[in-house]
Amino acid sequence: MTQFAVGIDLGTTHCALAVAPIPDAHQDSEPPHVIAVPQLVARGQVEARALLPSFLYCAHESDGPQALPWDANRRFVVGEFARTRGIDAPARLVSSAKSWLSHPSIDRRAAILPLGAPEDVAKVSPVEASRRYLEHLSEAFEAHFGGVALAKQEIVVTVPASFDAAARELTVEAAAAAGIERLTLLEEPQAALYAWTLAMGDAWRKHIRPGDVVLVVDVGGGTSDFSAIAAVDRAGALDLVRVAVGDHILLGGDNMDLALAHRVRQKLEAKGSTVDRWQHASLVHACRIAKERLLGDSAVDSVPIAIASRGAALLGSTLRADLTRDDVTLTVVDGFFPAVDSNARPAARARSALTQLGLPYASDPAVTRHLAGFLGRQAGALAEVEGFTGRSDGSLLHPTAILFNGGVMKAASVRTRIVETIDGWIREDGGAPLRVLEGADLDLAVARGACMYALVRRGKGLRIRGGTARAYYVGIESAVPAVPGMTPPVSAMCVAPFGMEEGTEAQLPPHELGVVVGERCTFRFFGSSVRRTDAAGTLLDDWRPDDLQELPPIEVTLPSEGRRDGDVVPVRLRPQVTELGTLRLEAEPVRPLHAGERWRVELNVRPTA
Amino acid sequence: MSTETLPFATRIWFAWLCLFRVLFDGRFAMRLWGARDAPQLPASPHVAGADGARDGPAPSAVTSRAADTAAGPALQLLSLLQRDGRLVDFLQQDIASFSDADVGVAARVVHEGCRRALFAHATVEPVRSETEGARVTLSAGFDADAVKLVGEVTGQPPYAGVLRHRGWRASRIELPQTVGAHDQRILAPAEVELG
Repeated sequence: MTQFAVGIDLGTTHCALAVAPIPDAHQDSEPPHVIAVPQLVARGQVEARALLPSFLYCAHESDGPQALPWDANRRFVVGEFARTRGIDAPARLVSSAKSWLSHPSIDRRAAILPLGAPEDVAKVSPVEASRRYLEHLSEAFEAHFGGVALAKQEIVVTVPASFDAAARELTVEAAAAAGIERLTLLEEPQAALYAWTLAMGDAWRKHIRPGDVVLVVDVGGGTSDFSAIAAVDRAGALDLVRVAVGDHILLGGDNMDLALAHRVRQKLEAKGSTVDRWQHASLVHACRIAKERLLGDSAVDSVPIAIASRGAALLGSTLRADLTRDDVTLTVVDGFFPAVDSNARPAARARSALTQLGLPYASDPAVTRHLAGFLGRQAGALAEVEGFTGRSDGSLLHPTAILFNGGVMKAASVRTRIVETIDGWIREDGGAPLRVLEGADLDLAVARGACMYALVRRGKGLRIRGGTARAYYVGIESAVPAVPGMTPPVSAMCVAPFGMEEGTEAQLPPHELGVVVGERCTFRFFGSSVRRTDAAGTLLDDWRPDDLQELPPIEVTLPSEGRRDGDVVPVRLRPQVTELGTLRLEAEPVRPLHAGERWRVELNVRPTA
Repeated sequence: MSTETLPFATRIWFAWLCLFRVLFDGRFAMRLWGARDAPQLPASPHVAGADGARDGPAPSAVTSRAADTAAGPALQLLSLLQRDGRLVDFLQQDIASFSDADVGVAARVVHEGCRRALFAHATVEPVRSETEGARVTLSAGFDADAVKLVGEVTGQPPYAGVLRHRGWRASRIELPQTVGAHDQRILAPAEVELG
C-alpha cells in the first residue's frame, strides 16, 4: 500500500532520502523530513547520517564481511566508510558514478569501475554502482519503517536538469534493478525550488509573481547545474514553467577543495615538508572546513591547518600551515567565480578529449563563465512562453530572482560574487537587479523538494511545468552523388520537440527513415536545449554549431518475421515521454503488417564508434 | 565454533598474553578461572585470523561479541576519539621532550577532531546557566549530583555562594551501533602498506 511520498536525491557525491506520509483527501500534508541513513562509518560501526556519501568500496578478501544491521555477509561498502576506506585503498573505490552514468563515450552498462582496479576487484558498471546506492537507501527506508517496502511508495528520484535522455533512462534502469519499478524523475534545480516554496510556506507567493524568472544555480560536490523557471499568468493563476536548462558541467565544490589543498600543499612543500596520500586527503578535508569558516565569517582572516602524520607519533611530525582569506579569495572566489563580462564564454573542450577514458571534466573552472554562456545562449528562452509578461528581448536571459543550492553556496562571498556579476550583466542590458531567494537548506533541499513533488503529484499544490528540456533530432544523410573526400551533408529531422510533457506523445514526423530488416540500424542523434519551436518532422539542413549537440546514436533492429532479410522498410519515429519522465522512441512501419506494429528504438549508451 | 581450535602460533601468543593478564588483571583471571571446566571458552579475545570466525556460519544476530561486555561502549568511544582526533596517539606519546610549539600543533589536530567527534555523538551542556563568578543560592533538596559544595561546607540550606565552575551534563550520548564480529579492543588497527 502506498503510504508515503519519498524523495531521493541521488547525488554525485551524496545521496539523501526525504519522506512524508501521504495525507487523506481532507488532511493537510506534513512537511517532508529527512531520514537518517544507517551506514558503516568505520569497521563494524554503523551510524545513521542524513547524507549517504555516494561512494562504493569493493572490499578485499582481507577486509572480511562488511556487515550491516540487515545483512551480515555484505562484501562491499556504501557510504561514509566506503569514502574513508577508499583513501587507504584508492584502487578499490568507486566515486562519481553519476558522472560516469552520463558519460557519452563509454559503455555505461559495462563493468568498468573502479577504473584501473586490480584483477581481483569485482568491477561494476556505472548503472550497478547507482543501483547499490538506491538499494542501500531502500534498505534504510525499510529498516526505519519496520519492513514497509520502499518500492511500494510514491517515489521521486532527482537527476541533473542537464542529464540527456540516455542518462535519464539509465537512472530508471538502476532504480528498477534496485527493485524500484515505479518512480518519477525530477530535475534537481526544480526540486530545489519546490524545497524553497516549502521552507517559505504560503509566503512564497509574495516573492514570486507573474513576470519573474528564477535562476537556480546549483553547485554540488561534483557538478554545476543551472535552470531558469518563469512565473506566468495563466487564466489569472500563477504558473511556473521551467524554460531553460544548462549544459552538463562536471565542476563543483570538490574541485575547489582540491585547488585549496594544492595551494596549502605548496606552502608546506616550500618549507621542506612532504605530504603523503593520507595527509593529502586530510588536507582536502581540512581545507573544506577552513574554506567554509573563512567564506562564512568575514571577521576571520586566517584558519590554522594541522595535518597529522600517518604514524602513531603525533608530536614533532604534524604538518602545520595557515589558510588565509587571501588564499580562499584568490583560489575559490576569483578562481572559480571570477567577475567576467556577460559575453565571456567557457573555454571550449577539444573534441578529441571525449575519446579519452576518463571523466570529461569541465575544462574551464570559472562557474561565472559557464553562467554567462547559459544566460547568453538562452536569451530567447522566454519569447515563446505563453502568458509571460516580463521582458524577453535582452541580449541575455534576464533572471529577476536567484535561488542557490549545493554545499558550495554556503559561502556568503561566493553568493555575493555571483549576484554582483549577474547584476552587472543585466544592468548593462537595461534590467533590474536580482532578488535572492533564501531559506532552503543547501544540502538537503533536493531530497525534500523531491518528496514535496511526490506529494504534489498525488494531490494539489503548484506544479512546475516544462516537459523535456531538449528537442531531439535524427541525422539523415542527404542523397547526393558521392564525391571523394567529402562526407555527405547531414540534415537533422526533429523527432521529439522541446517541452514534451510526461505521459504525452508527439505527432509522427512526416518524413520516413529506411531501416534494413534483420540488421542493427543506427542513426546519428542530436539534442538541442535552445530550439524551442521545431515541431516533430522539422528538417534542418543547417544550424549553428552551438544549437545542436551530437549525442550517442540511436539504434533499431527490425526482426525478420514476415519480411525478407535485407529489405529496406520505411518507418516513422514515434516520440513519447513516459510517465516516469524518460524519452521513448518507437519505429512504426509506414505499411505495418498488422495494426499497432512498432519496434523500440534504443537510446545508445555504448561509446560512439 | 565449539569444534574449532586456534592456530598454534596464535596459541603461543595467547599463552604469553594470558600469563601477564592473569598476573595483573584480577577480573580477567577470574573469568579464565571460571572457563577452566566450561564446555566452551568464553568470547575469545581475538578474532581467529582472517579465516576462522568469518568463514563459519553467518551470525544470525549481527552484534559484536565485545559489545556484550561492559567495556564495549568505552572501547568504542576511545576508538572514535582516536579515529577522529588521534587522542590515543597523543596520550601515548611522551610530550616532555617536545616544545610548546610542537605540542600546540598536535593539540590542534586532537582538539579539532575530538571536538567534532564529541559534538556528533553527544550533547554536552553546562549544569548551571549563570556565568562563573555569579552569586547563586541553593535551596533545600538541590541536586547534589549536579552541584558540589566547596569551601566552608557547613550549615543548613539555603546555601549562598559563588559559582566557581558551571559543570557539564551530557544530555545525549549516541554511539554507533556495533555490527559484525570485530575485536573491539583494537582501538586503531596497525597499518601495513602494500606495494
